[in-house]
Amino acid sequence: MTKLIVLLVIVLGVLAIAQLVRLYELSSKLRDRREEDIPNRDNRLNATLLLVFVLALFAGVIWMMSNFGWTGRGEAASKHGVGTDALLNLNFVIIFAVFFLTNFLLFFFAYKYVRKPGVKAYYFPHDNRLELIWTVIPAIVLAVIIILGLKSWNEQTSDASKEAVRIELFSKQFDWTVRMAGADNQLGLFDYKLTNENNPLALMTTATIQDAIDSMENGVSGIHALEKKLNNPRLMFIPEDRTKMVLNLGRKERLIRLLHQMKARHSKSLDARAKDDIVFGAGDTLYLMKGQEYEFNFRAKDVIHSAFFPHFRAQMNTVPGMTTRFKFTPTITTNEMRVKMNNPNFNYILMCNKICGSSHYKMKLMVAVLDKSEYKAWYKKVSATKLFKDVYPVGKPKPVEPAAGADATAMDTTAVTVK
Amino acid sequence: MAAHEAHAHHDAHGHHNHEEGFISKYIFSQDHKMIGKQFLMTAVFMGLIAMMLSILFRIQLAWPGEESNFLSFFLGEWAPKGVMTESMYLGLVTIHGTIMVFFLLTGGLSGTFSNLLIPLQIGARDMASGLLNMLSYWMFLISSIIMVASLFIETGPASSGWTVYPPLSALPDAIEGSGKGMTLWLISMTIFIASSLLGSLNYIVTILNLRTRGMKMTRMPLTIWAFFVTAILGVLSFPVLLSAALLLTMDRLAGTSFYLSDIIVGSEMLENHGGSPVLYQHLFWFLGHPEVYIVLLPALGLSSEIIATNSRKPIFGYRAMIGSILAIGFLSFIVWGHHMFVTGMNPFIGSVFVFTTLLIAIPSAVKVFNYITTIWRGSNIYTPAMLFSIGLVSTFITGGVTGIILADSALDIAVHDTYFVVAHFHIVMGMSAVFGMFAGVYHWFPKMYGRMMNTRLGYAHFWITIVGAYGVFFPMHFVGLAGAPRRYYDYSVYGEFNQDSYEMIMDLNEIITIFAIIAAIGQVFFLFNFFYSIYRGPKAVQNPWKSNTLEWTTPVEATHGNWPGALPEVHRWPYDYSKPGMDEDFIPQTTPLMEGEEEH
Repeated sequence: MTKLIVLLVIVLGVLAIAQLVRLYELSSKLRDRREEDIPNRDNRLNATLLLVFVLALFAGVIWMMSNFGWTGRGEAASKHGVGTDALLNLNFVIIFAVFFLTNFLLFFFAYKYVRKPGVKAYYFPHDNRLELIWTVIPAIVLAVIIILGLKSWNEQTSDASKEAVRIELFSKQFDWTVRMAGADNQLGLFDYKLTNENNPLALMTTATIQDAIDSMENGVSGIHALEKKLNNPRLMFIPEDRTKMVLNLGRKERLIRLLHQMKARHSKSLDARAKDDIVFGAGDTLYLMKGQEYEFNFRAKDVIHSAFFPHFRAQMNTVPGMTTRFKFTPTITTNEMRVKMNNPNFNYILMCNKICGSSHYKMKLMVAVLDKSEYKAWYKKVSATKLFKDVYPVGKPKPVEPAAGADATAMDTTAVTVK
Repeated sequence: MAAHEAHAHHDAHGHHNHEEGFISKYIFSQDHKMIGKQFLMTAVFMGLIAMMLSILFRIQLAWPGEESNFLSFFLGEWAPKGVMTESMYLGLVTIHGTIMVFFLLTGGLSGTFSNLLIPLQIGARDMASGLLNMLSYWMFLISSIIMVASLFIETGPASSGWTVYPPLSALPDAIEGSGKGMTLWLISMTIFIASSLLGSLNYIVTILNLRTRGMKMTRMPLTIWAFFVTAILGVLSFPVLLSAALLLTMDRLAGTSFYLSDIIVGSEMLENHGGSPVLYQHLFWFLGHPEVYIVLLPALGLSSEIIATNSRKPIFGYRAMIGSILAIGFLSFIVWGHHMFVTGMNPFIGSVFVFTTLLIAIPSAVKVFNYITTIWRGSNIYTPAMLFSIGLVSTFITGGVTGIILADSALDIAVHDTYFVVAHFHIVMGMSAVFGMFAGVYHWFPKMYGRMMNTRLGYAHFWITIVGAYGVFFPMHFVGLAGAPRRYYDYSVYGEFNQDSYEMIMDLNEIITIFAIIAAIGQVFFLFNFFYSIYRGPKAVQNPWKSNTLEWTTPVEATHGNWPGALPEVHRWPYDYSKPGMDEDFIPQTTPLMEGEEEH
């Protein structure tokens, strides 16, 4: 019923406009006015409206600026971020100057030089001096912006210092996992082919390589089981299923060859790098220490994600098959920021900022910046319990059934069965 | 020399005004004016669809999770209980972007006005190849139909954003839309690219070879210069997108690893190794950035012509305008990396792109100042076309200035992929190009349909549109500066870490959506005016705007071959408006120079 009424209203509306237009046309005809002859009244009205519009636009812009501030996300909370904001502000000064000036001139001239009976337009095809001025001035302003920008860019993207703590952020649909280098400040090596339920981050140690080989050979969908099934004359398969199984077997056989090569090349001395890495499951918080430089290494398991730290003015994509890096030094603790923003519930955050699937908008990780003493206390606790060798029991006999509940997120996201 | 021979040839066969059948006149037409109108009609429908999609997802952004009869009416099962699903949201965003950028503003804008105006303004009987021109339209129509059809399939349309970055777009396991929806997207875009190439080649060849006697390159209207450079950009960059699409198709179908490496999706370990998703981005943006100017330059060309005509003044700095079109065209090929500052690209390469990108601001500034100087001391007449052209200059400024932040890699990383970017490109590319297109339709409507559009309705349309559009896109800057990423289904995540920001974002989102609805309703004025005037508008006179260019020397009733007699001869540039010492305030290009008169 409502749909019918809406439809009726639309139809009546269109008819009403049509009648109005007819009326308008008839009256134009009566006054012998052609559509292309714009009456002076219309011309002046539009000229005035143009001026009113630009003033309203300016008022709106100023209102929004004063209401929402330069940046709605608060003060920059990282060392380089302060520079970013300073440069951003400089840019905004230039932008607003150009925005106000040119828009004003455009609309003001449009208002002022509306057609007046008897006044001819001024024939002014070109003027080299003027054109030179507005080529050279933007060029100089841009040169300044380019130089300052590149200086800041070089600082942001230069290599992290040796003292910087190495952290890996591992992204997948739709969460983040943190791996922090242990006492040696070196992250263990990894290879995606080592991924299995015991080793969701695919770290590379002698034991994990062996584990990956074992689980690919044995197990319900392992090579042996597949071969056995396919060779069993008493089993019948739908042709598509059979093709799928044959393809999977082929793929597994090629992957396992690569794993064997990896095993042959791997040096046991590298194991130590991985074993002391501290690993947090998804849903944990990333803890950082105020004043400490961090080098983030980004990895993606499935598609491109982007690590966006709005408060630290930092962002970097995470790309499957490629490690990307970004460094920054947090300068304001969470508590200090809460006071500054007058918001006791404020937290830092890491959001995903590259479309990565239907739950993209939920993919986040809380970030907390602690001062030195708080951080030390926290670190002591996690380094006792969350080391890679403790968290993921590689090499130990596998439970018959996946343990339910204990680490649900880790379980469902890491179960890898090669089809 | 070649040009003259071509004229002779055309004159010999040109004016046989035989009666054509309905099918050859309206459907399989090879006449450039008819093809232009076909492009325009298709574009109007595509634009309408894309606008409706945007209203649907704006409703979700302003009132997330609230039940809406409107949504369930349009989306049915895609919006169970009146709340759209997450995947449909992404699908709508993707198809909105694709249709707006490619189908409305590339195919629609260039297709309509290059076809209509190139032969008319250079004094040719038709395009160099009528057949290719017809094929170009039919491929455009087929690709449009496929793209729209992809909205209706069970797994939903492509939903990895209009840039369709792999691996997301390559793996149906990662998102539903990357299944059949993505396949249709790729098929549609491949046909679209073919259409665009046929069109562009035709435009280039026509402009170079079929200019009438006296129409030197330096006497061409700026519209033609803009179409010319646009066509060159298209010919050079669209094939790269085609290859990107083909490689993506191979990755999806044939198990190749151009863009895929070391991936585990769902629970499946893929074998692909050694490819790079970043390669796709390089290929995509090698088209993607020139594409911005493929969209923008025709609009700037149209508005140059309209502003000169309606201010009754020569366009200021004609040669500088040509120079800046050429400079923008050239630079647009070496700036694509500014879309990729956060991909992990080598920072040094990033620096090079910062430099080249900021250089584009110089020719852009020149254009803006030249427009302003043209209006200065003019005798401005506010037709709807003129109003939209002034609107275009304003949005070109407003959207353009924020570009210096996004071009600066050090600043870009703080706002990359946030609503700040959405605001920037919608204003500078979307609004400007759409305003240019509206201006073009109002101005050349008499040439297309032999009738006039209603001016008062045009005023209502303009004022609602400019207020609505600024109201939609300006607040987005602040949403972005608050750190809100684009392509988020809702912003509830903000509630978990900063309630104040969340409230601000939601307030702004609501304002934006209300303005979007107002702007959308304003388009009814245009649609009504457009369709009504085609049939019932008052009959046009030959040169309603008192313009200098050649298209206004053709008869009101369009004929195949454009000029019933010999082709016109050109003696002067097209901008002799209000020249001192002349009686009239315009001198058509066909008027010979007076004795002792300097050309310009």
